[in-house]
Amino acid sequence: MALQEKYAQLLTAAQTHGVENLSVAEQNGVLHVSGTAKSTADYDALWALYSQIDPNMASGDLMMNIDIKADTGAQLKVTTDSTSLNIRSTPTTDGEIVGKAAHDEVVTLVEKTDDSWWKVRTAQGEEGYAYAQYLSPM
Amino acid sequence: MKLTQIAMAAALLITIAFTSCKPKDSEIKTNVEAALKTDMKMANTMVDVNDGKVTLSGECTDEACKAKCESTAAGVKGVKLPVINNLTVAAPMVTQPTPASTTTVLDAATQQKVKDGLKDIKGVTVVFTADKAVITGEVTAANRMKIMQMLSAAKVQSDVSGLKDKK
Repeated sequence: MALQEKYAQLLTAAQTHGVENLSVAEQNGVLHVSGTAKSTADYDALWALYSQIDPNMASGDLMMNIDIKADTGAQLKVTTDSTSLNIRSTPTTDGEIVGKAAHDEVVTLVEKTDDSWWKVRTAQGEEGYAYAQYLSPM
Repeated sequence: MKLTQIAMAAALLITIAFTSCKPKDSEIKTNVEAALKTDMKMANTMVDVNDGKVTLSGECTDEACKAKCESTAAGVKGVKLPVINNLTVAAPMVTQPTPASTTTVLDAATQQKVKDGLKDIKGVTVVFTADKAVITGEVTAANRMKIMQMLSAAKVQSDVSGLKDKK
């Protein structure tokens, strides 16, 4: 219960933002929060709250497994720092690079392979797997 | 000699007092059990009486039931207070759903995901313990956020206490 109190503001915000399939459970001293945020803005807001409640997010007592709602065909913006995002033949960095998407380029979601890798298609028609961390649903 | 007589009389009285107490325990036990039987929830409580001291044991459905058993027993005539309440409360029936975000094994594929996610973030190193990714180095606030988001997406618990802010 104590952790739910610590992160009460965050949990309230998740509800206010309408996070879908919101699930909250405490296990072995870690609060697990999962669900699907409606937008990248909601997602960012929740993470900002997390870093505000737990400075540097260093306590290791929250696992915020929240993804952003994106259906097949959704437009995704490449959010690398400046470099291009590699698009690979398999969902691992061992996969052969089959294409690249530039910083700020928009690609189309083909399939959410898992939480870390998504299959995407570029405007040029290159299709492959890219690291989901660098893709923001628009 | 008179003193000896008084002492003997006193000793006799004490003996009578104690022996007359003994059979009372079973009586108390019967009375406590009868009192507890008035409520179905308390009916299965086990009662032990020793010199008027009551010990309750067994399992209760909840805390309220446990407290009620104690107060009920305490109210029975001849019971010496406090009542020893060794009742346990049964675990609630509701099972907690397994959180969707727990990963217990840091298998090779998961470790690879973390390494992939850190590939483009300079100045950090990761080592894996049995259940955590221990990340050290120096990062900007923005990259710290990225690392935490990446770990959460990969469902990996982390120790970032050694991750310092880049000046």
